[in-house]
Amino acid sequence: MLPFLRIGPFLVQMPGLALLAGLWVATTLIEKEALHLKLNAPAILNALFYGLFGGLIGARLIYVAQHLSSYLTNPLDVFSLSISTLNLPGGLAMGAAIAFIWGRRQELPLRPPLDALAPGLAVVAIAVGVANLLSGDAYGLPSHLPWAIYLWGEYRHPIQIYEAVAALLVLIVWKRIPAESRSPGVGFLQLVALLIGARIFLEAFRADSTIWPGGFYAVQVVGLILLALLIYLAKQWEEPIEGAVLLKDSLQNKAQSKTERR
Amino acid sequence: MKPETNIVPLKSNGTIAMMIVLLILGAIWTVISRVNVSSSQQALPPPNPKAGFAAPDFTLDTLDGGQLTLSRLQGHPVVLNLWASWCLPCRYEMPIIEKVFQKYKDAGLIVIGLNLTSQDSVSDIRAFVEELGLTFPIVLDRNGAVSERYQLLGLPSTFFIDQKGIIRSVVVGGPMSEATLQSNVEGLLQEK
Repeated sequence: MLPFLRIGPFLVQMPGLALLAGLWVATTLIEKEALHLKLNAPAILNALFYGLFGGLIGARLIYVAQHLSSYLTNPLDVFSLSISTLNLPGGLAMGAAIAFIWGRRQELPLRPPLDALAPGLAVVAIAVGVANLLSGDAYGLPSHLPWAIYLWGEYRHPIQIYEAVAALLVLIVWKRIPAESRSPGVGFLQLVALLIGARIFLEAFRADSTIWPGGFYAVQVVGLILLALLIYLAKQWEEPIEGAVLLKDSLQNKAQSKTERR
Repeated sequence: MKPETNIVPLKSNGTIAMMIVLLILGAIWTVISRVNVSSSQQALPPPNPKAGFAAPDFTLDTLDGGQLTLSRLQGHPVVLNLWASWCLPCRYEMPIIEKVFQKYKDAGLIVIGLNLTSQDSVSDIRAFVEELGLTFPIVLDRNGAVSERYQLLGLPSTFFIDQKGIIRSVVVGGPMSEATLQSNVEGLLQEK
């Protein structure tokens, strides 16, 4: 655990640094994937940038709305640099909405850019695991396994490492799934489904989970609902599309036409 | 012969099958890994300087000659601020802490200023307290043992502790804005 690094008079937040590094690698991968898929990479990166920036502002505005009385008396505190006054789930939702709206205004299609975002999403998941390891957040249950780490007064499952490794494995597995035969957007759904599956499994080793009535882990129940939604979307997106040509079929057809011409 | 490309029956590359398998295995695992609610509710978290854990207990001398034990304050929301007189951000945020204390003390809020006396002097502490007109109790960590137990990473550090003695949030560094402090305090008071 290394939550802060003191450099002279400055206290550097190491988890934040890990997340920034993860975002940088993620955007590089997204750009590469977008170029590989012959998509408008600058437009996708712009949508991502507006989403991140809008998400950050949204996270603060939602926190302010939740504590309006505190900010009405001190309106300038809205601009405070504190990261403890952000509503992260709200910011995430607002960021996604802004990226979507901006993308639509730029006439970006929805599904192909999602495929370009997929590897970046896995990298961000790896970075979150590393950031949690540095901050000591998202800690595991007590354990006597040889690889248990000493954290918060006990030897515990290194759940943060499990989560980072799981995200890396998901990325490797996803990369091995043939991309040519899937319809646009389905690659993204595959990766999200694998990440959710890993999270459902690993949640049982976390010690800071929210437990719902009946002893169910909240994250697992929400994960199952999301998986069901992904199945529905995958079914919709794999429906036959009039006029659509798969990359693999297109290549096969070209080869066939060449042979016939000869 | 022209190849037919008007309607392409997209082949499922096993995506839906994979997702269904994940859903079924996930549902089984969700049921298997359920926790025993009664035992998890009874168990109190161990003391650790981290949100979600019990605040490490201490008994320290106060600046006015008395003694203060943290665990005796259970039933009240507590703001524990670690500071030193030579720390500039501490100086900036202390008037805000005093202001919020005055505003919420009648609602049951207790503020404790835990001074790092091992790196400070009592005369400087007294001058600081008098200059800023602080009215909440100041406790003296003469040998640094309590700051060590709180794994102090930087000054100032503020711990927001609920009525049960559980740390709800931690703000490391400063100065804290008034809205940050007030929103955290209101969060503690709402849990009543």
